[in-house]
Amino acid sequence: MRTADGLQHQAELASTRLPGHLPRLLPAGFVAGPASLAEHLARYGPLPSPGVNGGRREALIEEVDRAGLTGRGGAGFPTARKLAAVAAGRAPVVVANGTEGEPASSKDKVLLARSPHLVLDGAVLAAEMVGAGQIVIVAHSSVREIVDDAVAERKRGGCGQIRIKVTTAANRFVGGQASAVVHWIESGIPTPTATPPRLSERGLGAAPTLVQNVETLAHLGLIARYGASWFRSVGTPQEAGSMLVTILGAVREPCVQEIAIGTPIGAVLSLAGGPSAPLQALLLGGYFGQWVDAAAAASLPFSWAGLADLGAGVGAGLIAALPNDSCGLAETAKVARYLADESAGQCGPCVFGLAAVADQVERLADGRTSELGLLRRWLGQVDGRGACSHPDGAVRLIRSALDRFGPELEQHAQGRCCGTSSVLPVPPRRQR
Amino acid sequence: MTARAARARLRVDPIACDGRGLCAELLPELITLDDWGFPIIRAGDVPARLQADTRQTVRVCPKLALRLEGLS
Repeated sequence: MRTADGLQHQAELASTRLPGHLPRLLPAGFVAGPASLAEHLARYGPLPSPGVNGGRREALIEEVDRAGLTGRGGAGFPTARKLAAVAAGRAPVVVANGTEGEPASSKDKVLLARSPHLVLDGAVLAAEMVGAGQIVIVAHSSVREIVDDAVAERKRGGCGQIRIKVTTAANRFVGGQASAVVHWIESGIPTPTATPPRLSERGLGAAPTLVQNVETLAHLGLIARYGASWFRSVGTPQEAGSMLVTILGAVREPCVQEIAIGTPIGAVLSLAGGPSAPLQALLLGGYFGQWVDAAAAASLPFSWAGLADLGAGVGAGLIAALPNDSCGLAETAKVARYLADESAGQCGPCVFGLAAVADQVERLADGRTSELGLLRRWLGQVDGRGACSHPDGAVRLIRSALDRFGPELEQHAQGRCCGTSSVLPVPPRRQR
Repeated sequence: MTARAARARLRVDPIACDGRGLCAELLPELITLDDWGFPIIRAGDVPARLQADTRQTVRVCPKLALRLEGLS
């Protein structure tokens, strides 16, 4: 045991249950390594079992509904509705999605690395709530061992009868999309599948399947313990609770933090030590997100409602700070090419359209001859035309870049680029 | 299930679709092609007068990528 942190750790254990206290999901302060099962139980108390009684199950789904928990993987779908839909089917399966294929996002990896048992609690609860006999945890390769250890620890401790299988996530951007996760587990191919059927009707092994982001499940583990009112004691009335955010780019200490939903964006940046340079823009939500003016966004709440006027959203909880000496067009061109390369290669408009769009964005950023009208036409032809939302997300990002960095297009056309530094990470291009 | 004159919507399965383009030739009233040759379906319900033609187009798609979905 780390006796040096002992006192601070004890204080943290006691305060977790206080309504407004954050963080809820992550250990407070610096605690090395994942929380052991004993530490986890000491902090949160035992997991209440919904039991096999159907009435109790429904009551818990109602509690999740009252809490107002929404999916934390980017889409923000109400969790209770998903639970109810899957619970209505026969012999369902639960998939905990910790793929986090987005190169700029770290929150799911950090959560699994530090609080694996909270995610497992949520997965077990979700399985009991929908009547599932099997759980599959899909973990990013960097945290796979930690999850394996946590599952083994629970087995040794004799807790839980539900079978938990762990698999390593596909190292692909689209691999995190719900149907792609199911496809990956089933056949080792990380590509989305056509809808219908919905996964809640026919997913893994043709069984009704609940795919939930790992952070969503962690919140579930706490709502079952402390209730909806406790959950709602932070956040906004419309968007309750806390959320994990990844803060990167031109901030002093890039990190993952847990915030009350609706915390002003400037205050969220302060949690990462504040800007390390004057900022021009922020990318909100992720690589499917939107560029916004840094000064205009600082006082706005980080919530779907708070960002709606800017045409932005919280997405998967990402804030990337773009300093004045970076070029938003060049950053967008880099991500556009990455997203085009990461197309699953199944739908024509995504395969051909995104590649053509990425070419045009690169030309704009490089100051080569490009046709803005053609680019806008293609964006319209790609939007909404895939089996999954991959092309839509890429279009959203590029459109926001044209809006935000439009004034710079002229300079670029004259061969002047403003950028000398780069903030958005993308992996090296694959051999194609 | 008196489906004949009921409201119906034409959809394409973009994974199955290969961009052969037959559909746009048979049913230009509802289907155009994008710049890469893949079908763009006009938004909204299939008008009653086009439902027979639409059913025929769905049947002859070489990739069986079109569906006519009835709306309740």
